[in-house]
Amino acid sequence: MPGPMVQAEAVHKRFGPLEVLKGITLEVAPREVMCLLGPSGSGKSTFLRCINHLEKINSGRLRVDGELVGYEERGDRLHELPEREVCRRRTEIGMVFQRFNLFPHMTALENVAAAPVLVKKEPRADVATRARALLDRVGLSDKIEAYPNQLSGGQQQRVAIARALAMQPKLMLFDEPTSALDPELVGEVLDVMRALAEEGMTMIVVTHEIGFAREVGDTLVFMDEGVVVEAGTPREVIANPRHERTKAFLSKVL
Amino acid sequence: MQSTEGHRPEEIRAVPLRHPGRWAAAAVLLVLAVMLAHNMLTNPRWQWGVIRSNLFSPPIVSGAENTIKITIFAMAIGVILGILLAVMRLSPNQVLSSAAWLFIWFFRGTPVYLQLTFWFAISSLFPTFGLGVPFGPEFVHLSANTIITPLVAGLLGLGLNEGAYYAEIVRAGILSVDHGQFEAAQSLGMRRATLMRKIVLPQAMRVIVPPTGNELNNMLKTTSLLVVVTYPELMYQTTNDAARTFEAIPFYVGACMWYLFMTTLLTMGQFYVERYYARGSSYALPPTPIQRMRRNLTTLRRIPFSASGTGGS
Repeated sequence: MPGPMVQAEAVHKRFGPLEVLKGITLEVAPREVMCLLGPSGSGKSTFLRCINHLEKINSGRLRVDGELVGYEERGDRLHELPEREVCRRRTEIGMVFQRFNLFPHMTALENVAAAPVLVKKEPRADVATRARALLDRVGLSDKIEAYPNQLSGGQQQRVAIARALAMQPKLMLFDEPTSALDPELVGEVLDVMRALAEEGMTMIVVTHEIGFAREVGDTLVFMDEGVVVEAGTPREVIANPRHERTKAFLSKVL
Repeated sequence: MQSTEGHRPEEIRAVPLRHPGRWAAAAVLLVLAVMLAHNMLTNPRWQWGVIRSNLFSPPIVSGAENTIKITIFAMAIGVILGILLAVMRLSPNQVLSSAAWLFIWFFRGTPVYLQLTFWFAISSLFPTFGLGVPFGPEFVHLSANTIITPLVAGLLGLGLNEGAYYAEIVRAGILSVDHGQFEAAQSLGMRRATLMRKIVLPQAMRVIVPPTGNELNNMLKTTSLLVVVTYPELMYQTTNDAARTFEAIPFYVGACMWYLFMTTLLTMGQFYVERYYARGSSYALPPTPIQRMRRNLTTLRRIPFSASGTGGS
């Protein structure tokens, strides 16, 4: 029985005096798709950013595949990891952003191939082949030479997913991947994510797409004001929310 | 909605707006231009013959070459130093960022002329330079006068000063790059140095290039201050020749021509560099002069009533 892919124990995060995460405890198993739901400001994006150490947590323990994020435990003290080690662990975690954040000075192919070449020092030819295959997989084999500003939002987000996959991560984080898209472009991105989930990728998805959460998610976690209000299978939570706050939120988005 | 094809309304042929102000301004400027041209042709003190026979004389040409050489070297020092200082100033390491701030504060806060004089006179402060253990034994021992030649003094003065200014330009460029770019690069496991070199600086270049053109242009002209360190660049040679022959004006007019020629070349180069770094950032790149010329010629032919008197060309 393998251990959890992500394990959070009483994770707290403060920005100055503002406490954004007030003790998050949850586990994500390998091959699990977890959807994080909640009103804006509930801390779900912050939690996601803590997982790859874009934000430092203030207390609690956060582990990815058994290793602490950003720290090392020696004796009874935590030691900050050197940049090299933080970066190595990030290469195993893919992240997709709400605003795509493609590199605008690079073509779609260069965007996908950049990190394997620059970070993992893989041979260019191998990476180019893999990058082409990935762009093909997200349905963009005809946009290989296009710059991001020549692509629609949905196409950009699919390139961003291919870019994250090029590092062959064992965990994918999605931070509201469809929130910045025109409604008719949401479907193409969700289709790519659905296919990824079917292939067994471990995914944590911050989303407002209830339909996606119900169909694809294995677990649904509802967060509000920095705490997990309730968690369960999506059908359970959506059909019979136990908490008032979950009910109120779902009644607005459904 | 019905299609309007087939009965399109007739083309608008309005009477063009008249611009009497433009005509008046053009007339005044034309008179001034004719006066200047008349003076240049009839006033013998311009001494066009002297200009013609000295514009390509060996001292002037070698002076121009030295001007170009020192512009390139000093600018290279300035650019490398500026990038280094900008990255240092934005570094989370406070010792580095304070050191960069202090450097910029000093070199932007004192006149470049003074800095040049100072470097030239440095031998009276440090008669010798040594290489060795601080406060310990020295391995290499050199006299300041052999190291600090006019060229080195000039490069130090111009290069360090430029570095301080250029740092601020690079910093503005780095700050102009969207924060999401840093996060995307970090999430892919890029280290800070890679992130800066491959992701942030290439994007910052769009903001950095136009002021760099300015700086380069300025640098080329500021080399004329190297007269003070007796480095034989264009201005030094011009002044020498002017003093030797008692013909000030023709030599200074010649120097003007040389400087204008060199700065014009730089401006043309800048245009193409800007186009290169604009890739992926705008849908339509600005047309090159050749493209623009071709377009103007074709549109000229399409103007239906260009001879009606407002264009006035």
